[in-house]
Amino acid sequence: MAVEFQGGVVIGADSRTTLGSYVSNRVTDKLTPIHDKIYCCRSGSAADTQFIADLVRYYLQMYAVQHNEPPSVQTAAALFQELCYQNKDHLLAGIIVAGWDKRNGGTIYSIPIGGSLHRQPFTIGGSGSSFIYGYCDANFKKNMTQDEAVEYVKNAMSRDGSSGGCVRIAIITEDGVERHFFPGNQLPVFYEGGDTVF
Amino acid sequence: ETYPIKTKARSSYLLTLKNSTLAFGMTSIGTGYDLSVSTYSPDGRVFQVEYAAKAVDNSGTAIGLRVKDGVVLAVEKLVQSKLLVPRSNRRIQTVDTHIGVATAGLLADGRHIINRARDEAENYRNIYKDQISGKTIADRVGHYAQAYTLYSNVRPFGSSAIIGTVDKDGPQLFMVEPSGVYWGYHGCAIGKGKQVAKTEIEKLKLSEMTVLDAVKEAARIIYTVHDEAKDKEFELELSWITEENRHQFVPDDIAAEAERLAKESLNEEMEDD
Repeated sequence: MAVEFQGGVVIGADSRTTLGSYVSNRVTDKLTPIHDKIYCCRSGSAADTQFIADLVRYYLQMYAVQHNEPPSVQTAAALFQELCYQNKDHLLAGIIVAGWDKRNGGTIYSIPIGGSLHRQPFTIGGSGSSFIYGYCDANFKKNMTQDEAVEYVKNAMSRDGSSGGCVRIAIITEDGVERHFFPGNQLPVFYEGGDTVF
Repeated sequence: ETYPIKTKARSSYLLTLKNSTLAFGMTSIGTGYDLSVSTYSPDGRVFQVEYAAKAVDNSGTAIGLRVKDGVVLAVEKLVQSKLLVPRSNRRIQTVDTHIGVATAGLLADGRHIINRARDEAENYRNIYKDQISGKTIADRVGHYAQAYTLYSNVRPFGSSAIIGTVDKDGPQLFMVEPSGVYWGYHGCAIGKGKQVAKTEIEKLKLSEMTVLDAVKEAARIIYTVHDEAKDKEFELELSWITEENRHQFVPDDIAAEAERLAKESLNEEMEDD
């Protein structure tokens, strides 16, 4: 997921990669840098999203060299969209592009499966996202502070079987990128059940 | 409006006589380095590219002015025949909503370059979902023109293009030459009257003017450089781009007023004599 705040964006993701029900990587880094101040969150097929992210990273590097200025988040999102839409038949990729650029400050673009492009102040994606729509809609505020945004992102993992492990977040502002890591056993705990057996 | 390179170049430019071969029997030290664009001369020049620039120098003047709130383009469109419909055969064309281009030189080559620029602008929008910036379109056009200076089976374009845009960095003005070289300008002039035009442009304080001021000055400059003796009729083409407005020909009433003031100032000058 990703959320805009006053001065930048905070993005976060879990760390589980599965092969069916087998967790092939429980400490995955799904937050991928594609330029100095532009990151993407990858969901869907790991192979597809890694490949696309590599391509966009290459294109943005060329852009920066040719234009002699860093690309905007909008440019990065547009490139992701071209790839995801034009190859929609062969891909299973849900991508969130988030970053900071001089023209628009912190911005977030969501590119769900199919290849549509949506600019949003916050967005969630991936399999676990269905379980947290209520929480996110209820608790989002515009112009949050950095700390409020970080708290907002930390809170949604235990109900989804395909999500888990730990939480990785990245805070992107004019000053650069700050990465944080929260091990699974240090996440906030809500109602965990507990049956009474008769 | 433009002349075949051979006749004009030979008669007006003695410098090139020395290094060129001639078809019609004038004496020369023919060294044959000018026959193909893929040949250098011993002093490191590519003559075909220089000859292409001559085609630009012999055509009607075109100027561009970059001012505080936009860019103004003006062209002295020489009219060969009274039978021509006014406003047909435009030398200023729109490349994208925020880009206007004026050409000088071989009109067909200018059209071809503008077509390419339109494709580049469209292609950029498709990939980046954003409009192309002035320096990028100038770069693309420059690259394209330069490609035609590499191979002997094509000729360089006999046109220069003045590219005016308004993008996120504000108003921009670039000029691409047949060699592919381009520079960014505050004001530039190409064609027959470029020397006189440049002198006039240098007198202006462009960064303090608005497009409305610039339109009047551009019209005045075109009228000043026009040589009544050599070329009889001409049509003045005026266009502008601003932050609010897309590239368009200056509205008739404003253009007419600018032309009237230009003619007046010319008459004043003549009366002083």
